[in-house]
Amino acid sequence: MTKKILILLFILIPIKANALIEVDITRGNLNPLPLAVSPLSIDEESRKGFEKILKKENIGSEISNIVENNLRTSGLFNPLDKKAFLQAPDIANLKPRFEDWNLIKAQALITGKVNYIDDKLRVEFRLWDVLAAKEMMALAFTTVPNNWRRVGHIISDKVYERLTGEKGYFDTRIIYVSEEGPKTQRIKKLAIMDQDGANNKFLTLGNELVLTPRFNPASQMVTYLSYFKNMPRVYLLDIETGTQEVVGDFPGMTFAPRFSPDGKKIIMSFAKDGKSDIYTMDLENRIVEKITNHPSIDTSPSYSPDGKYITFNSDRSGYQQIYVMKNDGSDVKRISFGNGLYGTPVWSPRGDLIAFTKLHKGKFYIGVMRTDGSGERLLTENYYQEAPSWSPNGRVLIFYRETKTNSKGEGFSAKLWSIDLTGYNERQIKTPTDASDPSWSSLLSN
Amino acid sequence: MKLNKIFKNTLLVLAACLVLSACATKKEVATDVQGQMQGDVYTGTDTVEYLADGVPDRVFFATNESILTTASRETLRAQAAWLRKNPNINVVLEGHADERGTREYNLALGERRANAAKDYLMTYGISSDRITVLSYGKERPVDSGSNPLAWSKNRRSVTVKAN
Repeated sequence: MTKKILILLFILIPIKANALIEVDITRGNLNPLPLAVSPLSIDEESRKGFEKILKKENIGSEISNIVENNLRTSGLFNPLDKKAFLQAPDIANLKPRFEDWNLIKAQALITGKVNYIDDKLRVEFRLWDVLAAKEMMALAFTTVPNNWRRVGHIISDKVYERLTGEKGYFDTRIIYVSEEGPKTQRIKKLAIMDQDGANNKFLTLGNELVLTPRFNPASQMVTYLSYFKNMPRVYLLDIETGTQEVVGDFPGMTFAPRFSPDGKKIIMSFAKDGKSDIYTMDLENRIVEKITNHPSIDTSPSYSPDGKYITFNSDRSGYQQIYVMKNDGSDVKRISFGNGLYGTPVWSPRGDLIAFTKLHKGKFYIGVMRTDGSGERLLTENYYQEAPSWSPNGRVLIFYRETKTNSKGEGFSAKLWSIDLTGYNERQIKTPTDASDPSWSSLLSN
Repeated sequence: MKLNKIFKNTLLVLAACLVLSACATKKEVATDVQGQMQGDVYTGTDTVEYLADGVPDRVFFATNESILTTASRETLRAQAAWLRKNPNINVVLEGHADERGTREYNLALGERRANAAKDYLMTYGISSDRITVLSYGKERPVDSGSNPLAWSKNRRSVTVKAN
């Protein structure tokens, strides 16, 4: 699939090195940058061509809507109302009248053009600095028409990167567990969707319980826990082919799987005789290594992005706390020392932070701390929430939240939420069913 | 530990209600909860099923614990006696946790609870070949409530006939 959706990318004009507008994403985004996303212009012939194939009346507007929505939900940008735009899309793309855009307080402007050429979708777009009256970036893509949503996401990523100095996270997918039915007998299925909730697809039928899917950061493979034949085991799923296989041959329950950063190993827990220890399995030579050896529960392992360290949670101190060790299991150090219980540590793709779930005085928190345990910061508090997963640029966390039931045990729900590392911009991610255990993919294209 | 505290606080509030006769409706709840839990371990019989006459199918645990209570040991001894009398029956011990913990830790905790029950059955002469352990973590609660009593019913190991 990745191969099929290869997108050709041309740089139209060399990007000027001197930064013009800049958005600081390290602080709370209290003043999102006002910008205008002009609908991509389209000639009548191209419009008809795409309408026939894609059943979309105006694909130019559709793509610009994706860009606008992405930039808005990032919380860093404030896309202005299109009704206020004075200049027509086609003219704006040739040469914006900066006074007009300045008048509506846009600081940046995105324009572009869509063409239907040889059964292909060709999109060019430009990013303009309105105040400096300069072009900041111009790019063009050619791809199959069905990729139109991805084109919108790639444009969003390019704009984000140009304006913030960091890679975006829009051309990505989320794998999660879809939930339906009563709380005592939930039906759970693996599901996958684009980061913005589009293209939702179920990957399993719900015949067996499935939990904790996680992406391989290096490819579109997934590892997860399935109760197939009532045996809880770690599985590997190739999303492209649908092939599934059991990971390793363990005489008991394997769970809490994750990939190593290079995608070559799976790290997981194996439970036996009341103890859970952490193991790795090399996917090429199938060699299994025992990493921890302790009578306690050691689980939820996650590698550092360089693969040299592993963070996990253990109750060896008596209660669930977060630890860091070298990748061979040596040099185990406890890093969480605050009040309460700590679980689900996940190493940031940037390497500097570990996200976690904390339970304290009957409330659940999603938080981050430095890898030595210092600088603990709680981002959000709720009745129940857990399992943070990082956006590939390490700026946003996605997690799930469950509601408290009423006195009759009714009113249960599970939903996906995201929050910026700054603690701002908390939002629910809409899913067709209830949802839990989200995992964010890496960027599909770069 | 924390739930214990919450539970005690609830009791305090309820106890206060009992003093103030105005809370007459809450009186029932207080005695009800009190009668069904000891510490925060469930001692009621609402959810219990029977493998045979006088052989309850499940044992209950305190929050974050896998220690067998006196009542649990009594239940397991009855199960062991029943299993000895029925040598052709094999069992699955299904370990469960309440909803107040992270999913993965709870899977491990359920396994640890079921193993505590398994170890006890083994000391009473049941071969490990006849026992399979299966953890559901917090995935299969019997009570969908979000309160200490519901959670206490869900922290359990259930002995299920495998054949």
